[in-house]
Amino acid sequence: MSAPGSTNYGTAARDGSRPPATHVTPNSGPRLDPLARRNRALRIVLPIAIGILTIVAWDLIVRINNIPHYILPGPLLVAKSLVDNWGTLLPALMVTLQITFMALTVAVVGGVGLALLFAQSKWIEISLFPYAVVLQVTPIIAIAPLILIYVDNTHIALLICAWIVAFFPILSNTTLGLNSADHNLLNLFQLYGASRWQVLRYLRIPSALPYFLGGLRIAGGLSLIGAVVAEFTAGTAGKGSGLAYRILESGYRLNIPLMFAALLLITSTGIVIFLFFTAVSHFSLRKWHESAMKRES
Amino acid sequence: MAAASAGTPAPDAGSGNAARVLSGSGERGGTPIVRLSGVGKRFDSGTLALAALDLEVGRHEFVSLLGPSGCGKSTALRIIAGLSTPSTGAVEWLDPAHAESRTDIGFVFQEPTLMPWATVFDNVRLPLRLQSGRRNGERRSDAQVRDDVRAALAMVGLEGFERAYPRELSGGMKMRVSIARALVTRPRLLLMDEPFAALDEITRFKLNNDLLELWRREAWTVVFVTHSVYESVYLSSRIMVMAARPGRVVAEHRIDAPYPRDEDFRTSARYNEYCRIVSHSLAAAMDASERQ
Repeated sequence: MSAPGSTNYGTAARDGSRPPATHVTPNSGPRLDPLARRNRALRIVLPIAIGILTIVAWDLIVRINNIPHYILPGPLLVAKSLVDNWGTLLPALMVTLQITFMALTVAVVGGVGLALLFAQSKWIEISLFPYAVVLQVTPIIAIAPLILIYVDNTHIALLICAWIVAFFPILSNTTLGLNSADHNLLNLFQLYGASRWQVLRYLRIPSALPYFLGGLRIAGGLSLIGAVVAEFTAGTAGKGSGLAYRILESGYRLNIPLMFAALLLITSTGIVIFLFFTAVSHFSLRKWHESAMKRES
Repeated sequence: MAAASAGTPAPDAGSGNAARVLSGSGERGGTPIVRLSGVGKRFDSGTLALAALDLEVGRHEFVSLLGPSGCGKSTALRIIAGLSTPSTGAVEWLDPAHAESRTDIGFVFQEPTLMPWATVFDNVRLPLRLQSGRRNGERRSDAQVRDDVRAALAMVGLEGFERAYPRELSGGMKMRVSIARALVTRPRLLLMDEPFAALDEITRFKLNNDLLELWRREAWTVVFVTHSVYESVYLSSRIMVMAARPGRVVAEHRIDAPYPRDEDFRTSARYNEYCRIVSHSLAAAMDASERQ
């Protein structure tokens, strides 16, 4: 597992490329020399130090300039607001999380299912893929109001919005993964008369796993964003109960500290979701895939 | 097309007579098992990878296809394996066992081509798994499959590495796993496409020796693609020298040095003489390609 501060997170798609055969580059390994140990410590210490500095600077700027709290609240006030309003923020977070994970689940089932279908026939892929792209490139914020009009049940409308955003990375990454099975291995399977199912089960699906997990990490964050965007749209129509609605509401009331508190909660949730899928990816691939390997010394 | 070589010491070699292929009879190469007649391959791009190739491989022969890149040697191998269909000509299986099932063929690629997510054991088991645990049509129990895999690993000297993952192995060891996987079905015909090209010389010499030893002991037939004169002379009982644009056989050399061959053979005058003759023949083949 990479150290918490390491910067190699968002490289899922690139990590999915086929690893070079054998060669390893000398770098920090299990037996750490003092320099490597210092590097590792710095990887954790530096980002934390920057975070603390930023918060202190924020606090100082607010204090020194006497900025009113309805324009920019100080960090302590935001923390206080978070604690004081925990009773309303937590249920709101739960609503948002529920939509996020339901949308993600449907995106995984749909995305993987469709990718498997694509893998069976080039013609199905050619016929349907453009429409998946259309779904992806249409800004969700622009179609969310329509979806909310057409779908009576707000909850389901929110789910559809979040799903649209989360679906594509899963579909495109999994499709790419299923198609990137080693050609010589495909030849080998052909040589031994493997059935279509055997090729899928023993070759294409394992090859696609790193790509799928990369897509999952992206989709996890996107489904949260999709849920929040849809909640905003729903919230402006006066319907809603999720975190985005709390932000809107506190905006109307000029309760800026509460707005910041809700924002903090959304961001933290996004980070937790990302770290969770990073860990899932790491533990699924640690035996064999380069992305989950320490470089040997 | 030019006459390729000045002549070989072996009296029965078809030297000098380009593209004419002698049937594989003689001490090694008893009953012919496969015959390619006029086999050609034109890719969709229009490139003629292989012009009419005639080749007969006899039982227990070690035939090398030697030539520069683009001479169609790998294409010929893929056609024998059934991985590619010839545009012209025909492949005939003269041995009924081969005609019935392709499982009698083992194929070793230039790269180890292992599944990185699977252990050494699972990689070697793959051919048996794809045939639902059958070996040459005979149903194998799980215990037998385990024994087959262990036996194949033992043949290439990799006992005890069953649970390792490919990335934990060196290049030479990965190649051994790849060979074990080709051997697990007990094929009678082994097709090898420059299997040792990516290895260092020390490892290659070792694997050459191990391969020859196994070939002798297990009575296989081997068709070996290489671009190394030295490797082909060391291993083969017969060498087909090929030229490019279009791919074709321009000379055939019989290497009549007795087996077992070892490091003494590698340094002998006879070996050097064979290498000189085959190199000469290859140089002529290159000239012929360039004049086209």
